[in-house]
Amino acid sequence: MIHTLAFYLFAAVVVVSAALTITSRNPVHAVLWLILAFFNAAGLMVLVGAEFIAMLLVIVYVGAVAVLFLFVVMMLDIDFAELRAGFVRYLPLGLVLAVALVAEILIAVGAWSTGRIELGRRIAPIDGALPNIEAIGHLLYTRYLYVFEGAGLVLLVAMIGAIVLTHRNRTDSHRQNVSRQVARRSKDATRNVNQPVGQGVEL
Amino acid sequence: MSYASQLATTLPELVLAAGAIVLMLVAAWGGQRSTRAVSIASVFVLVGAGIALIGPASSGATAFGGMYRADAFAAYAKVLIYAASAIAIMVAPRFFAQTAGDNLKPEYPILILLSCTGMGMMVSAGDMLLLYVGLELQSLAAYVLASFMRRDTRSAEAGLKYFVLGALASGILLYGISLVYGFSGTTLFVDIAQAYAGDLGGERSLGLLFGLVFVFAGIAFKMSAVPFHMWTPDVYEGAPTPVTAFFASAPKVAAIGLGMRVAIEAMGPATADWRQIVIFASLASIVLGAVAAIGQTNIKRLLAYSSINNVGFALVGLAAGTPEGVASVLFYMAIYIVMTLGSFLVVLQMRDVAGRPIETIAGFSGLSRSHPGLAAALAIMMFSLAGIPPLLGFNAKLEVFNAAVQADLFVLAVVAVIGSVPGAYYYLRIVKTLYFDAPAEGVAVRTDRFEGGLLAATAVFISPVGWFLLAPLGAWTMTAARSLF
Repeated sequence: MIHTLAFYLFAAVVVVSAALTITSRNPVHAVLWLILAFFNAAGLMVLVGAEFIAMLLVIVYVGAVAVLFLFVVMMLDIDFAELRAGFVRYLPLGLVLAVALVAEILIAVGAWSTGRIELGRRIAPIDGALPNIEAIGHLLYTRYLYVFEGAGLVLLVAMIGAIVLTHRNRTDSHRQNVSRQVARRSKDATRNVNQPVGQGVEL
Repeated sequence: MSYASQLATTLPELVLAAGAIVLMLVAAWGGQRSTRAVSIASVFVLVGAGIALIGPASSGATAFGGMYRADAFAAYAKVLIYAASAIAIMVAPRFFAQTAGDNLKPEYPILILLSCTGMGMMVSAGDMLLLYVGLELQSLAAYVLASFMRRDTRSAEAGLKYFVLGALASGILLYGISLVYGFSGTTLFVDIAQAYAGDLGGERSLGLLFGLVFVFAGIAFKMSAVPFHMWTPDVYEGAPTPVTAFFASAPKVAAIGLGMRVAIEAMGPATADWRQIVIFASLASIVLGAVAAIGQTNIKRLLAYSSINNVGFALVGLAAGTPEGVASVLFYMAIYIVMTLGSFLVVLQMRDVAGRPIETIAGFSGLSRSHPGLAAALAIMMFSLAGIPPLLGFNAKLEVFNAAVQADLFVLAVVAVIGSVPGAYYYLRIVKTLYFDAPAEGVAVRTDRFEGGLLAATAVFISPVGWFLLAPLGAWTMTAARSLF
């Protein structure tokens, strides 16, 4: 009972917030609606027992991607009114694409249910009783350890590459020299002057 | 299999990865000053990885549930890869020191080390997942290396072009892999082979065939075989010359090694299907590589077409699909990288009066009069690339044709022999430029004792003296090839 109730709650909020994401006029509001949709989608994932994907949705999509979207929306000077201007003109094309997508989904589901595609053989079968975070962790650190570390190296190369290709030593920027700041005493920076009246100030 | 023994099996990559990370820390603290020390240390890391190949890493063992294969084939390919990479690291400091604008940064040897780690994964892959991760690691480092000279717009263009087209090729490859996985239910090569053999019950599905085509298209891009060669001349021309020498040697060996492993181990039962693709790519590469090179005026572009042409010849051996064929390809690659590195070593010596690198073929005119040794070395490389007898380039071609004939591919062998004739034309044209043209103006060749020594070593290897090495090399390639079947 409570399960069904939770499902309809999450599902309704996902649908409403997704609709508001594309209809809201303010792009910052759109991103906030998107975040709400992500949270509720994560709730749906928990309901079907895919808690790992739920965590991923929250950590990756809400934590990183949505925040990135927010930054991009706020930093870039995009005229959304202009972007929206062609809406009616492109509507037929959009509808055709949508119909094509729906048709593809139906075909895929149909093909799946006839059972012709042999996806039954799994190279790394998992124990159904294991929670899926544990199951993924178990595979990731045993069988797929080598590839996992390899993926880490790919990220390292991406980082090194980005720095090599863009970093330059700027001569015109002021850098902090902590030891010089600490070593500085008040007598180096200030002086007491008995200023005679009627004469100019020496700077 | 215990955890420690799995690590021992993958030791060469562990040495490379750990070495690269430690040197990265040294570079982070040492900055620009540490470039020389990091370069020298990187060469030693490569030597260390080569030594790590002795023992479990070449014993034929597998690790991580068959994902990683440490057989003689992988060990042979890794020796070639490490040697070529070490040379690419060693020739870089002098090139960058003499070229105004960009300095050599300590990241250069480190990126080559990481690229080598990826290439090691590629040739040792027993699983589509490892294949892809290794390929990406190698390619990503290569994209950065291609645009290493940031002030040079051609270098930046080369990097960008390589990146965009490389990403497209990765997409094609990944699409093929996902089809193969979808229709076989596994990513392990041995199990994929079962699916191709039709052991899963019922007839083989069409999806597997589509997957095969896409996988071969992706791999053909990485080995720059026609019709996926378009990026090669531009990238080779724009990248700094030591990087071009690297691209033409180590990643080529890795890509061909990977292609052979996928073709034989994963798709061996479908040999009749992939053979047509390999034969087409092979003949197209031979013909286009030879014909398109004729009009080139830039030596780096010419060597790029030469590499396309050579990949075509190597694929003749793969088309045979027999242990002899695979052995002939391995033999071909060993001689090919020596010839290519030798040619690039000569190109590295060429400077004009202002110290800028000379890349036009006209700049080589009459080199025999001012620098007879250098001219003779380049002439030996060109004769050998053309496949003229006493030099080893002839033996390499002979081996692949022999393997094709033994596999009853007479037509392929004959067409490939005919296709090598226009190739000989442009190689010999360079020899003519070297010996019979009037000396070019404004050439100030700057030779170096160390690079001269390397060049002499490659020339001696290619010369008839190298015949002494033929027997051991032949035996080694045969052992390596047998480990695939």
